[in-house]
Amino acid sequence: MLHVAGVSGLTIIDQLPMLTIVVPMLAAPLCVLFGNRHIAWLLAFLASVFSFLFATHMLLQVMDGDVLSYHMGGWEPPLGIEYRIDAANAFMLFLISGISTIVLPYARRSVAHEIKKVSHTLFYCCYLLCFTGLLGVVATGDAFNIFVFLEISSLSTYVLIAMGAERDRRALTSAYDYLILGTIGATFFVIGIGFLYMATGTLNLADLSVRMANMEGNRTIQAAFAFIIVGMGLKAAIYPLHLWLPGAYTYAPSVVTTFLAATATKAAIYVLMRFMFSVYQPDFVFELHTLTWIIMPLAILAIFAASLIAIFQTDLKRLLAYSSVAQIGYMMLGIGLASKSSLSATIVHLFNHGITKAVLFMVVGAYVMRAGSSFANNLNGLGKQLPWTSAAFVIGGLSLIGVPGTAGFISKWMLIQSVLEADLWWLAIMLVISSLLAVIYIWKTVEVLYLKEPDVSTLAMKEVPLSMLLPIWILAIACIYFGLNTEWTLSMADVAAEGLLNGGGK
Amino acid sequence: MNMEFILGHMNYWLFIILMMIGFYIVVARGNYIKKIVGLNVFQASVFMFYISIGKVEGGTAPIFPIDMNIDPQVIYSNPLPHVLILTAIVVGVATTSLGLALIVRIREEYGTIEEDDILEIDSAAQVSENRKEGASMGGRA
Repeated sequence: MLHVAGVSGLTIIDQLPMLTIVVPMLAAPLCVLFGNRHIAWLLAFLASVFSFLFATHMLLQVMDGDVLSYHMGGWEPPLGIEYRIDAANAFMLFLISGISTIVLPYARRSVAHEIKKVSHTLFYCCYLLCFTGLLGVVATGDAFNIFVFLEISSLSTYVLIAMGAERDRRALTSAYDYLILGTIGATFFVIGIGFLYMATGTLNLADLSVRMANMEGNRTIQAAFAFIIVGMGLKAAIYPLHLWLPGAYTYAPSVVTTFLAATATKAAIYVLMRFMFSVYQPDFVFELHTLTWIIMPLAILAIFAASLIAIFQTDLKRLLAYSSVAQIGYMMLGIGLASKSSLSATIVHLFNHGITKAVLFMVVGAYVMRAGSSFANNLNGLGKQLPWTSAAFVIGGLSLIGVPGTAGFISKWMLIQSVLEADLWWLAIMLVISSLLAVIYIWKTVEVLYLKEPDVSTLAMKEVPLSMLLPIWILAIACIYFGLNTEWTLSMADVAAEGLLNGGGK
Repeated sequence: MNMEFILGHMNYWLFIILMMIGFYIVVARGNYIKKIVGLNVFQASVFMFYISIGKVEGGTAPIFPIDMNIDPQVIYSNPLPHVLILTAIVVGVATTSLGLALIVRIREEYGTIEEDDILEIDSAAQVSENRKEGASMGGRA
């Protein structure tokens, strides 16, 4: 069922698709206007909570396959900008705003430790803009609007990463590299949209898919496809386009790394899925060839190459960054298989990996706060000094490996099932082997934390404050909860995958 | 493909050439400011592309007469791509200024804005870091 609303919508409920994005967007300049770092944090947190509540409400509305259509400014689509919320993007909005709401209480102490006080208000302003951008990318049903929100989130991300320069100046060069690559990616995306507009005369995603239904042989839309995949691929850090990611994640402030790892690449992957399966028909021959001969081999390469590189890292943040590249490989594999079950596996993995990586990076942020760096060498025996934090790391690590009873197991299990469904048993075996690589790098860290003798300097370290521990544990428990109770995530992902394949619930 | 086709799409050819020049500068130049210049050329080519899309053959400027008596015979150019690209131009300006601001900070920290020099400094830092922190891994990270 299609629910339509515009500015004329009578109740506040009708305005939710817009409010989810507008509330953090308005809170961002307010942070700077008040100019007080405590108020800035409070505003960021409140905006995030409101977005989360709105997103949750919308998710409950669209769970049965309904679609919310919000007409910006009351202009009818396809001419006006439409915010189209179906199960797939409601789920993503829920993930992004949920992670942000949990990360922000943690951010308070971590940011105070890693960034000098003068910059705090600006930090929260940029954080909110980044948050707004990611929500906007996911919520909007207009191709050009995706680009605008993408750039809002990207520009603020460059600033957020560069703020790590107080601890290590390499944050600046990482931010610069990301700026160059990110801008090339976004410009490619715009060129792709230009081609689509040229061929169809519309920018509305749902309208695009209708008009393109019988344009398979059209060279213009084929070129557009290539540009959009490469452009978004840069943002999503698909394997050979991932070069910005390890540096950016390693040198950014811990909070930023946590937030980006859990949400930013996921939003880009959502856009890829939206274009591949809703806008373009998945049975277009050129798309099938791309999926089978480019996306899938690269995904397999990513899983193995990035996991192998991760094993040899001594910096925990860099290790997890490479592991993120490998996990993005799993998601791309699900996209490459292009069946309904593999798509739901990808969507479940988006969610499960989001919470798993958030736990791991938050724990690393806690170590940075206590030990001063995230080098394994400085963390000897920290398991005894920071028992609760380290226990959460173990849970997150198990989920990353995919041990039964954790969230990570569910998504890998679904992925292997969909691989077997496609009769690719050799690939299923390879996926199991790849999980063993994750065992190596997680075990390496656990060994440092628990089995190494603590250094003299480590002995004086105390557990991190409750405001950091609580968010870590909320997500750690979520890792286990979504590993045991899978009903909600699986049914959600099924509806979302169906929505994607049906062109956003026409 | 005849001569008319090639000449008739002159702006698209220029778009491709300009795009490639910009892209080449970004990839091949080691100076950070020159990279930003390349990025600007690259983006400017896209602006040109969008403006070309809006052209309708025989179309005039999309401005309605002041008395709003619109003659249905008159063909107007499509103003939408122009409006879109205004947004992209603003984004381009923001990206450029942010990039330049980063370069200022990089210059303050490193004393150079040449990619080769910075890579050398960074890899030296990496080597000493590895020696110090990566002892358990045989001095590699």
